[in-house]
Formats: sequence, structure tokens, C-alpha cells
Amino acid sequence: MNSSSNLINALFIFVLAGFIGFEVIRRVSPLLHTPLMSLTNALDAIAVVGAIVLVGEHKSTLSAVFGLIAVIAATSNIVGGFLITDRMLKMFKSSRPADKPVAK
Amino acid sequence: MTTELAGSQIIIELVYLIASVLFIFSLKWMSSPTTARHGIWAGEIGMLLAICGTLLHHGIVDYRLIAIGLVLGTIIGIPLGRVAMTAVPQRTALSHAFGALCVTLVGSAEFYLRSPDISRFMMSVLSLEVILGGLTVTGSLMAAGKLQEILPQRPLTYKGQNFVNFVLLAGAVVIAVSLVLHPEARSLFPFMILIALAFGVLLIIPIGGADMPTVISLLNGYAGLSAAAMGFVLDSKLLIIAGALDGSSGLILSIIMSKAMNRSFTNVLFGAFGQVQTSAAVGEEARPVRSATPEEAAAILSAANRVIVVPGYGMAVAQAQHKVRELYDALTKRGVDVRFAIHPVAGRMPGHMNVLLAEADIPYDRLIEMDEINGDFPQTDVALVIGANDVTNPAARSDTTSPIYGMPILDVDKAHTVMVIKRSMNPGFAGIDNPLYYLNNTLMLFGDAKAFVGSIVRELGGGHG
Repeated sequence: MNSSSNLINALFIFVLAGFIGFEVIRRVSPLLHTPLMSLTNALDAIAVVGAIVLVGEHKSTLSAVFGLIAVIAATSNIVGGFLITDRMLKMFKSSRPADKPVAK
Repeated sequence: MTTELAGSQIIIELVYLIASVLFIFSLKWMSSPTTARHGIWAGEIGMLLAICGTLLHHGIVDYRLIAIGLVLGTIIGIPLGRVAMTAVPQRTALSHAFGALCVTLVGSAEFYLRSPDISRFMMSVLSLEVILGGLTVTGSLMAAGKLQEILPQRPLTYKGQNFVNFVLLAGAVVIAVSLVLHPEARSLFPFMILIALAFGVLLIIPIGGADMPTVISLLNGYAGLSAAAMGFVLDSKLLIIAGALDGSSGLILSIIMSKAMNRSFTNVLFGAFGQVQTSAAVGEEARPVRSATPEEAAAILSAANRVIVVPGYGMAVAQAQHKVRELYDALTKRGVDVRFAIHPVAGRMPGHMNVLLAEADIPYDRLIEMDEINGDFPQTDVALVIGANDVTNPAARSDTTSPIYGMPILDVDKAHTVMVIKRSMNPGFAGIDNPLYYLNNTLMLFGDAKAFVGSIVRELGGGHG
């Protein structure tokens, strides 16, 4: 369905995005590796857009059923992923602005 | 590009572009706890934009079914976002399975819609998508089951295991190649999926509980890569970018975890840890250890200037985090400098221990990574080990016969006094004896972590019961 030039474009995007990902993630504090994983999990659930089109176009019963399950699975990742990442990050507090000074 | 895009199509693509930028910022802001919550907002806005943009897609006729899917997904997602912090590793494994399920189902549906009109390159990517997706679905479910302790945690190995796995994988590749050459052979497709699903199960069966942080990261990487492959199939740049970001994140975390355990990927996947206990069990029967009471421990701690607490998963199992927080408060009030040393594989997934301590309101600037804090142990009066074992084992530095030889550890034995809270002298998770317990500067504090820390806090006069 696509010309090969489209696929080459896609390959460029993939490689460049991989480099960006590598550089950005490398700088994430190890303190936050768990929330990082739940956040990337939620972002990865952007696959829901493919599933939505599949369901919405309703080209065959099979594609609609598969698409529906896929939408449910991905949406639960989006909702659950953002929710738990937010809960975790809310818990991270610094001692510096707190009332009791830290002993030296 | 040869074809002109329709007006609405251009808008959708621009919305996707904005979403991609927001996703990258979302991850960038995770670099520090002070900006991390902006990261969530950026991610959420990007996601919302992308979904709304998709709904504009001209081919969509059935909005009712989409709404049903979104609502049901939300209903399932909310409880998954509210699990206890100790259950986050299995929740994460489960969500890898869900993400991969979505990818595999979409890939399968696309195959049946398009076949036999699929180019070779497209069919290769589609095969990659569903094989990676399929094995991630069952592999992640297995990992979640092991973490939830529904499935046995110890590694299950049998003779010829790697051979069976190899044959299965080869089978999947052979089917994929035949489909690339003959995309009209629709009946082959389900077999490729079945093999991928079976391979996922067999891949995780031999992996023990101690290796779960690496495995979760690796499955995260697979889930990302399969999503990126789905982006190629659907020609969705947004999906390619999101998949590449997720894939590189999983890959980086796997590398960090493997390094922290001094093991290679292949070693984790094919090594079946936990099995190598033979050399460890041979140690002398009754070597003398020194033990202390809560009163003595409290006296030593209150006389100290610098204390480093080394928490392990045992602390979380005993639900002792909040007592540890009271201890931190009581000692800090007395002018003792208290910090926490975090080994990269403390807990059951990357960064898990930080989350557990943050939940107990311990400030994050007191949580120090292994590499940063290791040099400080010689100037430390007391190292208090709570529920950690292997990551403090000095045998990893010196004993070449030890199964964990070469693994980077926290140098607690270099502190003036080491105190270890432990139920009994039984070896821990991986079943490896720890010479730390027999050192002259080590005091064993026998008891339940929560109760023992509670008693120390009472002695210090800072607890509330």
C-alpha cells in the first residue's frame, strides 16, 4: 500500500527517535526509574490510535472485534499508567524546603 | 510525496507532530523530581490531542464501538492505577502485556484486511510486530504471575531448554519468511502467533525472582519495539516515535540492571540464576556471630554522627518503611546525619526502592545511589542493613567461587559498625551465604524488621507506639 520511499522515511524517523530516546532517557535520574517505566508504558499505549481507526472503520467483524479488545487494552494502559505515575511522583518530596533543618 | 493529503489529514498529522514533541518533553522532564510532574501533564495533553485528532480520521464510521472501548478501558485502567506501591512491578508487567496485546491484535487484523496485497518489506515488519508482541504478551503475564507469587518464583529448568526455545523461535522465523514470500498463505499466520505466545511462556519459565528487574526492563523494550513496528505497518510516525522512545527506555534500563547484577542479557535469559547454590551451601555450620538487643542498637545509633541505612526488598515485605521513617525522624532530631544507600536492583523493578521509601515520606535527597555513596562508608559510624542481603555481600568483591562474584555491591562492611536486621541466619532470596554477618564489626539484630525498628524507635523516645 505504501511506496518504498515512505518506508525509508519511516526508518529515518525510527532511528532518529531512537537516538533522542537514548539521550533523553540516559539523563533520567535513577531515583525515578519506576515512574519512568510506567510513564513510557502510558505513552506507548498511543498504539490506541491504530486500534481506534481499526474499530471505527469497521471493515470486517474480525477487525472490529480485535480492534475493540485492542482499544480496551491500550486505554487501560493510558489511564492506569498516567494515574500511577502521578501517584508515585506526588510522593517524592525534598527535605530542603521542609521545616526541620537537616543536620550536617 | 506523490499523493496530496486531504485537509483533515494534514490537521491530523500536525496534531500528531505536536503530540510527538510533547512526548519527548514528557520524558525530558523526568530527569529530575522537581520537573517530573510537568512530564505527566505533557504526556497527558499529547495523548489527548492524539486521540482527538484520530477521531477526525475520515474513514471512521462507527463511533459507538470506539466509545465502548474507551469507557471499558478506563474502567479497567483506574484500579490498575491505584494498586499498592509494593505491587507496582506486577502492575507494570501486566501493562506490558496489555500494550503488547493491543499491538498484536492490530497487527493480526491488518494482516487479514490486507493479505494477499502486502509488500515483502511490509510483511517482514508485520511479522516482527506480531512475533515481538505475542511473546511479550505471554512473557509479561508470566512475569506478572511470578511477581504476584501466583506462579512459583524459582526458576524452572529442564534439559534441552535452550534447544527447544531455539527451535520454536526458528519455527516462527520460518513461517514469517514463508509469509513474506507468499502473503496469500493466510492459514500460516495463526501458527506464527501461537509459536510467539508459546515462546514467551518458555522464555520466562527459567528466570528466577532475583532477575525480575532485568526481565521487566527487557519486556518493556520488546513492547516498545513491537509498537514501533506497528507504526511502520500503519505508516504512523507518531507511533514509530513513541515506540522508539519506549524501546530505548527499556533497553537502557535492561543494560543498567544487567550491569548492576554483573550479568549479560544472554546470561539472564539463558542462565537460570537461583540454580547455582551448590558452592554456597558448603560453608561452615556454626560460625560465631555477634548479636545485639534493640536497646544496644539504639544506644549505638544515637551515639553516631553518620548513619547509612541500606534497605532491601525484605524491608518492604515486612512493611517496615514507615517505622524506618520514624527512625529517620528520631535520629535526625538528635543531629545524626541519616542517608539511604540504594542499590540499582534493590526492590523488584528499576527504581522500586526509591518509590517505596518516598511513599513513607522519606525525602528523596536522602536517597543516594550506590556509586555516589560507596566512597562514604569508611567515614560512616553505622551502616544499618534492613532486609537487604546479596547487595551487601562482600564475597562479590573477593570470592571468585561465589555465584555473585563481580556483582557491584554496597561496601557496608567498611563502616565502623554494621548492623543487620534479619529474621534468622537463613540465606536469602538467592540462597547465597553472606560473610558480612561473621565480621567483627557486624552486629546481628535478630527479629522482624518492622518490630525491631519499632523497638529501636521506642528506645530513642521518638516513636508513637
